[in-house]
Amino acid sequence: MSRQMLLEVAAVERLTPLVTRFRFEHPQKKALPIFSGGAHVVVEMPDGDLLRRNSYSLISDPNDPSGYEIAVRREDVGRGGSRYMHTRVAVGDRMRVSVPANLFALDIRARKHVLIAGGIGITPFLAQLHQIDFLQQPFELRYAARTREEAAGLALLPKSGRIHVHISSEGNRMDLGEILTGQPLGTHVYVCGPTGLIAAVTDAAARHGWPKSVIHSEAFTSPPPGMPFAVMLAKSGRRIEVGAHQSLLEALEAANVELDWSCRGGACGRCETGVISCKGQIEHNDHWLSRDERAGQKKIMPCMSRFTGDELVLDL
Amino acid sequence: MTLQFNDETFRGDYSYYNTDRAIRRFPFPFDRDDYMYSVNIEPHPGGPEGSVFEHRFDVDEHYVSEMRDRAITLDEDPLRCQSLPHMELAGWDLLEIIMVSKSEDYPDLFALHRDGNRWHWINRPLGIEQRFTFLDPTTLPCGPMEYITRQTQGDFALLDEREGNLWMDAGMVTSQADWSLDFDVGMNFFEWHAPVPKAKRLGVFDRALKFLLAMRQGQEYRRLNWTMTVNPRLDTSPENYHKWGPEKRTVTPENVGRKQHLRVELQTFWRLPRSNAIAFPIRCYLACLEDICTQPKWGRRLHRVLRDIDPALAEYKGFAVNQKVIVDYLAQFDDGAPTSAGIFPDR
Repeated sequence: MSRQMLLEVAAVERLTPLVTRFRFEHPQKKALPIFSGGAHVVVEMPDGDLLRRNSYSLISDPNDPSGYEIAVRREDVGRGGSRYMHTRVAVGDRMRVSVPANLFALDIRARKHVLIAGGIGITPFLAQLHQIDFLQQPFELRYAARTREEAAGLALLPKSGRIHVHISSEGNRMDLGEILTGQPLGTHVYVCGPTGLIAAVTDAAARHGWPKSVIHSEAFTSPPPGMPFAVMLAKSGRRIEVGAHQSLLEALEAANVELDWSCRGGACGRCETGVISCKGQIEHNDHWLSRDERAGQKKIMPCMSRFTGDELVLDL
Repeated sequence: MTLQFNDETFRGDYSYYNTDRAIRRFPFPFDRDDYMYSVNIEPHPGGPEGSVFEHRFDVDEHYVSEMRDRAITLDEDPLRCQSLPHMELAGWDLLEIIMVSKSEDYPDLFALHRDGNRWHWINRPLGIEQRFTFLDPTTLPCGPMEYITRQTQGDFALLDEREGNLWMDAGMVTSQADWSLDFDVGMNFFEWHAPVPKAKRLGVFDRALKFLLAMRQGQEYRRLNWTMTVNPRLDTSPENYHKWGPEKRTVTPENVGRKQHLRVELQTFWRLPRSNAIAFPIRCYLACLEDICTQPKWGRRLHRVLRDIDPALAEYKGFAVNQKVIVDYLAQFDDGAPTSAGIFPDR
């Protein structure tokens, strides 16, 4: 769980048909905590009986305490969080926003930062660019999108010879091998975007002999919707139903089951829960559990994972 | 009430002493009659008024003398303060948090005036006045971490977060319980905790690391840790073991009450905003057994804890050699009555 601030929506700006920028400020114009590039906040959306909490990367200048900005891509097949932001949030609204946390910080030991963004994955890099500029460190940004229209970050990026835009519909797809070849020793690579891009960069880096410790990625995803399912809680004997557009964590919260959490995106490990019995298949959508832990089905990340099968009993 | 600062030493003639007020607010670490490791972490600050938990950085009667002792230790061994190059930003984070906290919590002792990045810092107890440019190291007499921690009680470790781990990449360590920054610098969380017995098997460190990594800025936490030290010596470093190690053998039934000190660390945890590093201040408090036993609950409880402690922990905490003398001394304060819950003395 995290400390929250009640902030006012100070600006809503459509960047592309799918992506909207939101600016939050303190209602009394007080300074907000500064943060580090790559940090995110958790935004609360009271949607009827449901309390949605989605994590969004901060895109504004980390050293600017006058406001926080996020860019939200509308996902019409998602669970409804981004749709809520796009259709229900207006200037003047007050929303609960967590203090920043960073699961995707720059490694400032790097001799050079190579930032690789796919689509809406540009968001954490927008704040990191401010930090890199402040630290005066060498960098190179590669921004890939299918179409120019999808590249919402274009409007927010500074003009720089070190920023390269790859629009596949215009025939200049990103060549990872070329990007990774010839970088100075001590370069760190950061990738954020679709899981396919992250896998491609990770694989290409491994093929080129890069050590794992210099490759950083963040797949900041919301929990995917799916079929409804039920879980049993061993300690209380309760049965909890999880709806199609609800995460297990949200269902537990709705049933007043206390659970620790931080990122709600399967990355921080805070909500890890023991599985006492599993007759069926856990759909692990997190980035926290190892391959062996997933196969073992003894642990589950309630913020992201779903279940199909006959019985799932949790250590709660 | 304006604080009176003791004129005292932590070496040589050991003129260190606690006033009655300092004894009453001593952070006695045992909340029950036995002891085993736990991740005993709670939010900080928020303790009772007047306690060492009240403010973000506690300033007490030992402040001026402790800073004098730190300067002596640094003079003899500059490696007690180290910062790897990438940690300078974290040093500025720490400087800001300490200056802001102290000027707000002790306005009669400290003042901070900020005009953008042009800062003006006044430390009245140490007679320091400094105008400098925030984030410009050339405007301070030394690096930001060294500058502020020469003016702040307790040791400081700055931990860089990367690869799902924490790395001790900077620190100011002159009042440590037998560990060495020069040895630990650059190590990760599991490496620098490797000497702690039993805790690995109990899974304490896995849980603690997971907790720390998920910590956000604005959520300060604290825990108490403890050990035992003969004589009120702040610098019990491995580097100087030849100075304080032999003193363990000077404890007798006659002098144990004055010589044997309970050493308590108030450890706090801070997520730093600009660097995303974690600051780990370790504030050391010393009280001799005689002082502790002025509080009947503490005398009673300390007897039971030290009598029944796991032998490996008595060894690790550095008092196995004197355990019998200590326990025999404490026995006279244990009337067999039950003790109340919690760490605070009975009223």
